[in-house]
Amino acid sequence: MADSPISTQAPQRTRASGGEQAAPVAVAGKSAAAQPADADVLARAQAGDHQAFAQLYILHKRRIYSLCLRMVGNVAEAEDLTQEAFLQLHRKIATFRGDSAFSTWLHRLAINVVLMQLRKKGLSLISLDEAMEPNPEEGPSRSFGAPDLALTGAIDRLVLERVIADLPAGYRLIFILHDMEGFEHNEIASMLDCSIGNSKSQLHKARLRLREALRTQNRQEARP
Amino acid sequence: MNGDRSTLSCAEFQAQMAELIGSGEDLAEHPHLKDCDGCRALLADLQTIADAARQLFPSVEPPDEVWEHIESAIKQKQ
Repeated sequence: MADSPISTQAPQRTRASGGEQAAPVAVAGKSAAAQPADADVLARAQAGDHQAFAQLYILHKRRIYSLCLRMVGNVAEAEDLTQEAFLQLHRKIATFRGDSAFSTWLHRLAINVVLMQLRKKGLSLISLDEAMEPNPEEGPSRSFGAPDLALTGAIDRLVLERVIADLPAGYRLIFILHDMEGFEHNEIASMLDCSIGNSKSQLHKARLRLREALRTQNRQEARP
Repeated sequence: MNGDRSTLSCAEFQAQMAELIGSGEDLAEHPHLKDCDGCRALLADLQTIADAARQLFPSVEPPDEVWEHIESAIKQKQ
């Protein structure tokens, strides 16, 4: 058994994935509105101060762009979505009332932009409600079969990218938010308007689905 | 559901997995896992997947052009 049981916690927010050095902006992701300096920037941006809005962009661009890139897997599309998310932010920022952390609110806004794009592309996802309630037939099998330890070795990066991309958008979204972006279940529940239990359940189903896909891939590769 | 953690069936354990994992509990110490190779392998696979996923798509900054486009669009509307 691994020393660090799965999930016991989301990845550290300050840790950039891929072994990069942590970016200052990642720290702001935890509770941007709660930090005095950021709160001041936010208040000025809400009052129409363009420089303050530019500062908000600098603070949050990395995380929003990364979310978009992970969801759509395409650089040009991720750039467009990031642009649209911040333009929507500019239009709506005065409506932010501080009921949740600003970064949570901004992520929710960006998620909606991404989901709208997926809908335009004809993917079977219409709303956050649907994202959180995939069709029953899309759920992972509850039959796990015999132990398959093949996955305990290295997972091919390209294969993993493909199976994540093939996840239903709702599963993919919650997997990215928790396992890749490092959000906690309570934050995800706030972003997606669902219960914490629902967030945990959907994440687990997403991971099981990935496991099934990887096992299938391994079996296919093992065939003579 | 069986309340005795040491006598859980695999189905019962797996039904509780999402909540157990999400709670942050150290599942390595769960009584069911001590005697169940299948569920232990399942948990190890899920851990491997989560670890591998964190290495994908490193967090990167958008190119400067994105802000230039945003700024331009804002100015056009003002």
